Amino acid sequence: MAPGTAAPDAASPGPHAALEAQIDQWRGYVRRREAISAADVDEMEDHLRERVEDLRATGLDDDEAFLVAVKRMGTLDDLSREFAQEHSERLWKQLVLVGEQPGRTRSWRELAVVLGLAAGAGVATKIATSVLDEDVVALNAALLVLPFLTAYLAWKRQVTARVVGALVVPFVALGLVLNLYPFEPTGSTLVLAVLAAPAVVWAVVGVAYVGGRWRSDARRMDFMRFTGELAVYYTLIAIGGGVLLGLTTVTFSLAGVDLEPYLDTWILPLCVPAALIVAAWLVEAKQNVVENIAPVLTRVFTPLTLVMLLAAFVVLATAGDLADVDRELLILMDAILVLVLCLLLYSVSARDPLAPPSFFDGLQVLLVVAALAVDAVALTAMLTRIAEFGLSPNKTAALGLNLLLLVHLAWSAVLATAFLRGRRPLADLVAWQTRFLPAYAGWAVLVAVVFPPVFGFV
Amino acid sequence: MRIDKDLVAASATPLVLGILADGESYGYAILKRVDELSGGRMQWTDGMLYPLLHRLERLGLVEASWGTSDVGRRRKHYAITAAGREALVERQAQWDVVAHALQQVWRSAQDGLQNPPRVAEGWA
Repeated sequence: MAPGTAAPDAASPGPHAALEAQIDQWRGYVRRREAISAADVDEMEDHLRERVEDLRATGLDDDEAFLVAVKRMGTLDDLSREFAQEHSERLWKQLVLVGEQPGRTRSWRELAVVLGLAAGAGVATKIATSVLDEDVVALNAALLVLPFLTAYLAWKRQVTARVVGALVVPFVALGLVLNLYPFEPTGSTLVLAVLAAPAVVWAVVGVAYVGGRWRSDARRMDFMRFTGELAVYYTLIAIGGGVLLGLTTVTFSLAGVDLEPYLDTWILPLCVPAALIVAAWLVEAKQNVVENIAPVLTRVFTPLTLVMLLAAFVVLATAGDLADVDRELLILMDAILVLVLCLLLYSVSARDPLAPPSFFDGLQVLLVVAALAVDAVALTAMLTRIAEFGLSPNKTAALGLNLLLLVHLAWSAVLATAFLRGRRPLADLVAWQTRFLPAYAGWAVLVAVVFPPVFGFV
Repeated sequence: MRIDKDLVAASATPLVLGILADGESYGYAILKRVDELSGGRMQWTDGMLYPLLHRLERLGLVEASWGTSDVGRRRKHYAITAAGREALVERQAQWDVVAHALQQVWRSAQDGLQNPPRVAEGWA
C-alpha cells in the first residue's frame, strides 16, 4: 500500500475496525486491476470513505454503508474497463523498469549494480580472451561470467554470510579442479568438462537465486521459471544486438571503416556476457508484472514437437539396422528429451493447480510417451553398439544423461497419467519436476570433475 | 424518473466542466453537486467519474493536484483550465442548439396532439 494512505481515520480508530478491514480488502481487489493505478485507488478510496460517512449520517451502520458505497462505485469489471480505455498505456507500463514507484532509489541503485556487474562480466571475459588460450577460455567461460550473475542475485536476495560461503566455495573448487587437471588438448574429457562446467555453475546460480533455500520445491520451481524467461530474454537481446551491430557495421563500412576486426576482439567479448546480466535483471524486474513467455511457447510447441516425435519414431523404427549410428544419435536423443522435458516443466510451472485435467494435459502425456518410445528405439541401438566397442567418455556421459532424463520423464508420465485420472494432485507432478533437478547437477559434477581422472584426461 | 444512460454520458463532460467553472473541486463533491443540480435524478456510477476526470485532464481541460482532506486523507483536486473554459463555451453552444431544436420539436408535437394531421383524416 502506498505510504500516506494507510492511516485510518484519526477520529475512528477502534469502533470502525471492521469497516477499515473491509476498505482495506476493497483496496486490495481494486489494486489488482492493472489498469487502475495506486493513485487512482487512493482517489477512489477517499470517495468511498466520504460516501460511507454520508450514508452513516443517514442512519446506516458500517456494514450497510460500506455495501451501498461499494455498490454505487460500480462493478470492478466495468470500472476496470473504463480505466483501461482511458489509460491503455498502463496495460503496457511494465515496459517502464525504473518507474515512479515508491522505493525508486532502490531501483536506481539496482540499475547501477546491474550495469557495474555487467561491465565486470564483460571486462573479465575480455581480459581472459586476450591473455588465455582458446581452450582455457572455453573451459572457464561459465566461471568468468556466472559469478557476476550470482553476485547480482545474492545482492538482490541479501543472502546470509553462510550462503555467500556456499556460493564462493564451489566456484573456487571448480576453478581449481578445471585448471589444474592435465587435460589432453584435444581430448574428449576436455570437451565434456567444457560442456558440464556451465551446468554445475548454473546450479550454484540457482542456490543464489533461491537465496540459499534450495530445499524448497517452490523456490526451485521459481528458479526454473527464471531460467526459462532468461533464455527468452537473452535470445531477444541477442537478436536485437545482432541487428544493431549489423547496421553499425554496414554504416561504418560505407565510410570506409572496417568494424570486423573489433567485432571478435572487443565487441563480442564485452557485450555477450554483459547482456546475460542485463537479461537477468529484466527477468527479475518483470516477474509478477507480465505473463511469463516460456509457458506460452510450450503451448505452441507441444503439439508440433509431438508431430516431430511421431515422425522420428516412424523413421527410426523403419530404418532397419541402426548399429552404424554414432554417439551423435545418443546426443541427439538427449537434446530431444531435454526439449520434451522443458516443454513439460514450463507448462506445469504455469498451470493452475486447481484446474481440472484438460485436453492439453492429455497431449502432454502423449508427448512424453512418444519421446520415451523414440528414446527406447535409439537406446537399444546404442546399447548393442556400446556392448561391441566399450564405453568412451563421450558415450558414458551421453548415456548417463539419457538415463537420468529417462527416469525423470518416465515417472513424470506416470504422475501425469495419475493426475489425468484424478488419482493424484498436480502438486505431486510439480514437486517431482523440481526434486529431480539436483540429479542433473550431480551428473554434471561427475562429468566435469570425476570423468577426466577416470578416463585418463584423454 | 431515471435518465437514459447515453444521455447521462453525453451530458457528463459539460456538467463536470460547468461545476469546475464555479471553482476547484474533487470527485465526491462533484458528484454531490450533480446530485443537487438534478434533484437526485441523474444517477452516475460513482467510479465512472474518475476515468472521465482523467480524460479531461489528459485533454488539458482540467488540471489536477494532490492535496489533503480535512481529516488528512490524500485527495485529488481538479480545476478548470483556460482550454477547459473554451471547451465549456463550445459545449454550451452545442447544447443550446440541441435544446432549441428539441424545444421546437416538443412544441410541434404538442400542436400535433391538439390538432391531429389532416392526412390521417383523409385516410380514415
